[in-house]
Amino acid sequence: MITRALWTHLVKDLRIEWRSKEAINSMLFFALLVVVLFSLAFDPRGSFAREIAGGVLSVATMFASVSALNQAWAREIRHQVLDAQRMAPTPGAELFLAKVLANFLFVTIVQVLLAPVFLVMYNLSILGQGWLLAIVLPLGTWALVANGTFFAALSIRSRNRELLLPLILFPIFVPALLAMVQATTAILTGESDPTLWIKLLVGYDIIFTTVSLLLFEVVLHAE
Amino acid sequence: MSAQAPEVARTPLCARLVQVSKLFGAFPALRQITVDLEPGRCYVLLGENGAGKSTLLRILAGLLHPSHGTVEVFGGQRPFEARDRIAYMSHSPMLYDEFTAQENLRYFANLYPGRACLSPEEALQQVGLDPQLNRTIGQYSQGMRQRTSLARVLLPIPELLLLDEPFSNMDIESARQMVQLLAKFRQSDRTIVLTTHQRELAAPIADWVLTLRAGRVASFESGSPQP
Repeated sequence: MITRALWTHLVKDLRIEWRSKEAINSMLFFALLVVVLFSLAFDPRGSFAREIAGGVLSVATMFASVSALNQAWAREIRHQVLDAQRMAPTPGAELFLAKVLANFLFVTIVQVLLAPVFLVMYNLSILGQGWLLAIVLPLGTWALVANGTFFAALSIRSRNRELLLPLILFPIFVPALLAMVQATTAILTGESDPTLWIKLLVGYDIIFTTVSLLLFEVVLHAE
Repeated sequence: MSAQAPEVARTPLCARLVQVSKLFGAFPALRQITVDLEPGRCYVLLGENGAGKSTLLRILAGLLHPSHGTVEVFGGQRPFEARDRIAYMSHSPMLYDEFTAQENLRYFANLYPGRACLSPEEALQQVGLDPQLNRTIGQYSQGMRQRTSLARVLLPIPELLLLDEPFSNMDIESARQMVQLLAKFRQSDRTIVLTTHQRELAAPIADWVLTLRAGRVASFESGSPQP
């Protein structure tokens, strides 16, 4: 259920992004760069392109989203707005969930914009059930942003937060990354069934989102 | 060292700090502070930079936990539990640069569900700003940001108002207007604790003047507020 406070935080984040376009622009250019560089380095064609496409897309999204995840909390710290939010009589979990939803939306927009470029650069044709990508990509993206938003909040008071976030996030994201890559490759090549990997992604999302929601209050009020 | 206003025993307290110390690593920012704050009074905290004024305010706001000692507000609650009744204005404006003053205030008002708040327009008018001003906070002068920040803390009509250097970046006339506004606020039986380096500006509303030195209470004197 979307509460008033959650909706207020979410609308605030979307409105700020609409005006500044900081997160989407930085993510989009970075992801494009990764996709183009990989296509130049590997010269992907035919079946080889289908085998590496899932990995390239996942890694591009992962690297690109780190800058946006760092910015998400940096904006709250900049003028100590986080202190005002800490003093408001609303659950911290709503602030966290709103941030995750906003980041999820930003990363999804980047993926949607990236998709046509990706298909052209890698000359991809999907041999499996293409519609499953509409399940796999959001599940993988949710795993990335839910963890990323939590660990960005955890590292926000650190001086080396930009370095710290990927150092904590990437190892923990590995199971989801693996599932996302395997499921995407299975769908693109049509050689195997991606169901197991999709189930793994669902399980990962449920566990890590629940744990993050439960622990966020502690992170928010840490000194 | 402890300090108490003489008539505390006869009136219910707004806040009570008992033997409060705060350590940042090995550095003691506050040392054994014992203070009682009565409702409807204005307390002015004085002291040099690093004396512990801001730390004391943040402990009262529930943003910091004391390393030792206890803090109670409104007759036994911890500050965090009563955070809807406490408002805190820091050195920073605690506002979003990308939003107008009204948008900022509307956002914060929505975070107080079930509590009667001033409307953003009312709060802005109270601090002498035009609610219709269609400029983002990023384009405001420091003084205007300070006023908007004050409007933000007045919004939930708090019972304990904590102001950290409210007169900084303000011209004399604006600061005097702010003092008049705070005097009205105090008359409605609400408590104000403010820190300042400009003692003379706060003098008209100061019921008590608390001076901190190296984290300890150096003096706790009666002020001479204007009626």
